[in-house]
Amino acid sequence: MPVVLRCHSGIGPVVSGMALVAADNFSARYDLDRSRGIFVRPSHRLAGQRYVDRILVLDGAKGGVATAWMLHEMKARGIVPRALIFNRVNPIIAQGAVFAGVALVDRFAGNVTALFRTGDELRVDPAAGTVEILNRDT
Amino acid sequence: MPSITDPRGIDFAIYRRLGQNSAMAALERRVIKALSAFGVLMTDTCINYQTVLAPLRGEHVAYGDTGSVIYANSVLGARSNFEGGPSALAAALTGRIPRYGYHLDTHRRVTRWFRLTASPRDLSEWGAVGAIVGVACGSYWQVPVIEGLEAIPGSDALKHFGAALASFGSVALFHMPGITAEEAIFAGAPPEPVAIGRADIAAFLARYAAPGDKLDVVVFAAPQLSLFEIAALADAVDGRQIHPETTVIVATSPEVKHAADRMGLSARIEAAGAVVAQGICFYQSYAREMAEANSWTRLMTNSAKLVNILGGYGYRSSLASLERCIDSAVAGRVL
Repeated sequence: MPVVLRCHSGIGPVVSGMALVAADNFSARYDLDRSRGIFVRPSHRLAGQRYVDRILVLDGAKGGVATAWMLHEMKARGIVPRALIFNRVNPIIAQGAVFAGVALVDRFAGNVTALFRTGDELRVDPAAGTVEILNRDT
Repeated sequence: MPSITDPRGIDFAIYRRLGQNSAMAALERRVIKALSAFGVLMTDTCINYQTVLAPLRGEHVAYGDTGSVIYANSVLGARSNFEGGPSALAAALTGRIPRYGYHLDTHRRVTRWFRLTASPRDLSEWGAVGAIVGVACGSYWQVPVIEGLEAIPGSDALKHFGAALASFGSVALFHMPGITAEEAIFAGAPPEPVAIGRADIAAFLARYAAPGDKLDVVVFAAPQLSLFEIAALADAVDGRQIHPETTVIVATSPEVKHAADRMGLSARIEAAGAVVAQGICFYQSYAREMAEANSWTRLMTNSAKLVNILGGYGYRSSLASLERCIDSAVAGRVL
């Protein structure tokens, strides 16, 4: 039986993919090399990791306004995460995800960076407010 | 609905000198044409509150610039959320914004309490304190109050403080009792105050220290410089010459640049070998491509916001006072 975790209703399509998890924050401008599809900010816990088509699980949003349009530009080039899971989002990430058509959910009963592990196979259903862990039963 | 623009990526007068190319300039011309046709006022500045028109207390605005949002919310008592480009453009089209977040009284209440036990001595230290508070808050929905200031800091100090607070913490509003516009009301029972002292500021600056490193580029920007900052810079470089292997870039608004030209400040800065750019900000100006084109790695600045952003752009950045940045630029290495 897959584990089903409930969250606040989110935005974007139903998607499945592999989780990439870190207890750190997210900004498309500050943290990413958007041409190569990897985290490059040296102090980021995912530095050097490829994010393309991964389901990113991070603590929250940080920094400026650029993520509002950068996700759309990343999606247009096909170098974008498949979904974003945060403890709490800000309006920049939310509008960025809407504008890009990228799935986004937040507000779980617990810390998402502990609930999920890198390598988990996830199915994110933003409208239903659920995330299933398909390859674990605890 | 008056609409204004943030800094652009290209200053056409100097872009080749900075290692930017004609494709970037062509893209910039398209953006200018499109926004102008749309009726947008091309202010090209992130310090509209210092150079164009400051919003009033209670005025609802939609700014797609975090530094402008936090300054307007906090210092001026205006009301804005962080709007990205798409939602700010939608606000310009419709004259409407969603009624949530920092437009509402309930979200403007204090959730975190900080007490300064040492006074920041320059703009880089104001940025450092903003960064420390920002990291501690770490959320768009936290509203810090900062007490313990010994004197009124001035507009440029709160500009750097707010820009760093927004950059490091995604924070959109702070209160400083007796200085900022609104009364600081706690959202619930007041939390324990967190002290920030001289050792905290020194430790923050030390994270970026790199004494002796060859210095490639010094940037004064993020936010763009006010006329007073330009004047201080002119005083600091008078009679000195920037090292031939170090580039110094100063970014300000078109309004301030014109004033600085008229007052002879730009000429004094450029006589020392620095470049004064108008209407751009460094990190929005193809910073990664400029680094590659010019083989830049080691950067120095007095902007805490800039050192935070550029970590992901291939730069190793040092944070220091304006005077130490200039001393280092003259020496060609980080002092």
